[in-house]
Amino acid sequence: MPTVSKGDGMRGLAVFISDIRNCKSKEAEVKRINKELANIRSKFKGDKALDGYSKKKYVCKLLFIFLLGHDIDFGHMEAVNLLSSNKYTEKQIGYLFISVLVNSNSDLIRLINNGIKNDLLSRNPTFMNLALHCIANVGSREMAEAFAFEIPSILVAGDTMDSVKQSAALCLLRLNRTSPDLVPMGEWTARVVHLLNDQHLGVVTAATSLITTLAQKSPDDFKTSISLAVARLSRIVTSASIDLQDYTYYFVAAPWLSVKLLRLLQCYPPPEDAALRSRLTECLETILNKAQEPPKSKKVQHSNAKNAVLFEAISLIIHHDSEPTLLVRACNQLGQFLQHRETNLRYLALESMCTLASSEFSHEAVKTHIETVINALKTERDVSVRQRAVDLLYAMCDRSNAKQIVAEMLSYLETADYSIREEIVLKVAILAEKYAVDYTWYVDTVLNLIRVAGDYVSEEVWYRVIQIVINRDDVQGYAAKTVFEALQAPACHENLVKVGGYILGEFGNLIAGDSRSSPLVQFNLLHSKFHLCSVPTRALLLSAYIKFINLFPEVKATIQDVLRSDSQLRNADVELQQRAVEYLKLSCIASTDILATVLEEMPPFPERESSILAKLKRKKGPGKLPDIDENRRNVNGSTEHSENTDTTNKCSPSLLEDLLPTDRPRPSSSSPVILAARTMASTHPFTDVLNLNSTPSTGPNLLVDVFSDSSSPASVDVSEDNFSRFVCKNNGVIYENQLLQIGLKSEYRQNLGRIYVFFGNKTSTQFLSFSSFVTSSDILKSQLNVHTKTVDPIIEGGAQVQQILNIECVSDFIDAPVLSIQFRYGGALQNIAVKLPVMLNKFFQPTEMTSQDFFQRWKQLGAPQQEVQKIFKAKHPMDTDVAKAKILGFGVALLEGVDPNPANFVGAGVIHTKSTQVGCLLRLEPNDQAQMFRLTLRTSRESVSQRLCELLSEQF
Amino acid sequence: MIKFVLMVNRQGQTRLSRYYESVELNRRAALEADVVRCCLSRKKDQCSFVEYKDFRLVYRQYAALYIVVGVTDSENELSIYELVHNFVEVLDKYFSRVVSSGAIMFNLDRVHVILDEMIQNGHIVETNKSRILAPLTAIDKMADG
Repeated sequence: MPTVSKGDGMRGLAVFISDIRNCKSKEAEVKRINKELANIRSKFKGDKALDGYSKKKYVCKLLFIFLLGHDIDFGHMEAVNLLSSNKYTEKQIGYLFISVLVNSNSDLIRLINNGIKNDLLSRNPTFMNLALHCIANVGSREMAEAFAFEIPSILVAGDTMDSVKQSAALCLLRLNRTSPDLVPMGEWTARVVHLLNDQHLGVVTAATSLITTLAQKSPDDFKTSISLAVARLSRIVTSASIDLQDYTYYFVAAPWLSVKLLRLLQCYPPPEDAALRSRLTECLETILNKAQEPPKSKKVQHSNAKNAVLFEAISLIIHHDSEPTLLVRACNQLGQFLQHRETNLRYLALESMCTLASSEFSHEAVKTHIETVINALKTERDVSVRQRAVDLLYAMCDRSNAKQIVAEMLSYLETADYSIREEIVLKVAILAEKYAVDYTWYVDTVLNLIRVAGDYVSEEVWYRVIQIVINRDDVQGYAAKTVFEALQAPACHENLVKVGGYILGEFGNLIAGDSRSSPLVQFNLLHSKFHLCSVPTRALLLSAYIKFINLFPEVKATIQDVLRSDSQLRNADVELQQRAVEYLKLSCIASTDILATVLEEMPPFPERESSILAKLKRKKGPGKLPDIDENRRNVNGSTEHSENTDTTNKCSPSLLEDLLPTDRPRPSSSSPVILAARTMASTHPFTDVLNLNSTPSTGPNLLVDVFSDSSSPASVDVSEDNFSRFVCKNNGVIYENQLLQIGLKSEYRQNLGRIYVFFGNKTSTQFLSFSSFVTSSDILKSQLNVHTKTVDPIIEGGAQVQQILNIECVSDFIDAPVLSIQFRYGGALQNIAVKLPVMLNKFFQPTEMTSQDFFQRWKQLGAPQQEVQKIFKAKHPMDTDVAKAKILGFGVALLEGVDPNPANFVGAGVIHTKSTQVGCLLRLEPNDQAQMFRLTLRTSRESVSQRLCELLSEQF
Repeated sequence: MIKFVLMVNRQGQTRLSRYYESVELNRRAALEADVVRCCLSRKKDQCSFVEYKDFRLVYRQYAALYIVVGVTDSENELSIYELVHNFVEVLDKYFSRVVSSGAIMFNLDRVHVILDEMIQNGHIVETNKSRILAPLTAIDKMADG
């Protein structure tokens, strides 16, 4: 046997290859190749006709040169000529050259088609195979047109050789993919399914690939394949391996075919027929049992082949998601692999377990492996395995283990590979937000993230923490306190300065009562970081300073001095200079009222999908999230799971793709002036100086927010979810589902009110026949007048429409009006009803009074029916500043120094209705030890006392 | 499905490449270099599957020869890993010795035939060794006779 080449060796080719291999440098190689190319070109152009052998030799050389990475721009014609040779080797080289080098739009296709046609008609199986390979490899439209009709009949004809059937099946698969219109389903489809019964396992292998692809496209046409596939699988799994002769690989019966059959079954839900179903269950059990048997060979090939089948069986079990015993067995099996010495197995086990974690049947079983997975995170030497461990922890996380998992991820983060840090940061931030029972833990976690891995904390993460703090008033005081403490560290990450600047700018007042964090101390602390920060952060800090001027008039002069300094007013950076100039002027010219309006606290952000989640999805790409491969699941219709299922699996891959260009929150660099104009125009006052408010126009790229699990989509039940959040607030998002977001902005004056309702279309499609009107109960109609302005019947995709409601309070009331919304989205009528947050306390006017006046009136209102008292447990952490803010938000004046006990709060106000005015006094006594409150209200009217007490007591 | 099969020597030179999804010629070299760098830099105790862009690489090393297969998410990694071994065993059987990158270069056409018998259009068609080699054995007989 020749060592260089087998069969009819080509000496010239062997010499050329040896030459190339001996080349010492790249230059020498290029030189040798150019010489050869010139030689071949001259031979092809020469007068002398080349014989088949020479043509083959030169075409083969060209192929070789091409594979070395050099472009080949000639020889195609000679290769096509080889197709008409009668010698297999010459024909084969011709086809090889064509399938490697000819692309589908070559003008040679017609000539090639001719060659293929002759070979298909030759009835010589080897020639037919070459031709079919070529169609499958090039697969151009023109080729499909020429042969699409013939191939199905070759495939199902009774007298076709087995090997030709195999090639025909794969060829058909290709044509179906490139030109499905040319291969219509027909009489052949039923017969293709029966190839699963073929005696020849090679034919079955090829047919399974074809049927799987076709079944994914039109499952109904290939339903009959389920029973045949189960039967075939059962025969393989239970066979003594000798039956299958050469298809046994290291004592494993037909592993590749088994994998393919299991994959085909994943195109369908569990079989409906009970007998078939139990036969399949039996197969799966047998496969699971085999994993526990002692291996028949010590070779790694044996166990790999066996496990390939096992993993595919587990995929099918997860896909069906219907047999709890199998799911739990699968989980236990994977649990064993988690500690296997083969890295490959550990990797695959972690990955499979990720999908198991999302099944309600096996979620708990997966959770039992938490310690092993955490250990993998700490000890695995391969970063890709550790990455899988992180994915799995993320997938198995729920309310019960969130604290542990987040803590482990945080501690892993300190030593994690740079390549996966950012992703871990995102995951931690998402879990902390999703499973936060109290938001103080969330705030702590994110600040820890910044401390441990500040560089990897992306904008999305710190934007998000600010959005949440602004939207949740129960955590604002805590957040202010915590950032203040974190900023004490001598070296802190710039991201912390950003978060700190923003939060103190908004809520610094909540901790200013403590002399250790007085306004001046806060300002000095922030300003001590100023010089170490980049321009965008400095810009943010300047905005925080102007907010300070509004919050704390006592530091106005100090801050003005800073703004006036040359390093600010003459800063080389135009953005900083402009901010300094404008803020300084604003603080000098504007009256306190104007200042207070312009620098009002940020309104709540529209609640929308966590930008972090969006970023994680973007990072992982569709289908890459550990949670679920939607394509796999939705065929069996059991995608709905308990609350354990991750929010991410609510998004189909197409939505995920829509998400890719998600609008990012604006970086804080646009000029304040432009910004002012913009925000004014959109009816927001000039509050967005820190540029954090991302535009509320919600494009198609918005998904369900992590919070909005509770919002009932498109049901006519009246949504009250956010109602109580508006008792002490006038602005915010009252309702949100996948399609629509409703935001409110309200103003009240005496007995009149006006509500601006903003309807945001979150989809990319128009809402048609949109209507929105207010309904009230009969009793309420006499107590409250609501006038609605009509709203445009069409809301464009991504657009926001405003509706104005005018309200007049006639007499005191308990009920609340309901906003009913109706529109068509994609043909379906949507009905939404939302309870409008119009409460009696909205018509409060605060009244300031002295201690003496207060107690005098308190005594006057001493009749038993005038007082209402309630003692209740605190639902939120008891914080003085927060309580004060809430009482003010409730609408009364907060009277300082009235109550002998400084811990108590007293307030006074007048409720204005058209018919009458009702004076109101209130007293709130906190008991820190018992975590209780006592609320007492005295008004001249019993119904008013009752209602106000109900409203306010729910807020603490 | 299988996207491509690469055979590479330790210097990172491609000895055989077969694409089952059209990749423009000028992008192949860059892709190959990148893929090879990705696999060659990995240690023995690391796992044989690598996430690469939107697909996966399954690779196996035989002395100085690396075989890298690019697969989509829907492929079973272990079965591809063993498919590579089956392929190598077929080559060994045909060339009657342990396969090296040299042998592949000198017999490129035959290696292609073998690969085409095993994988078509990105799908496994045949795994039975003697049937994979049937066409080549037939031709060799004709040539010898």
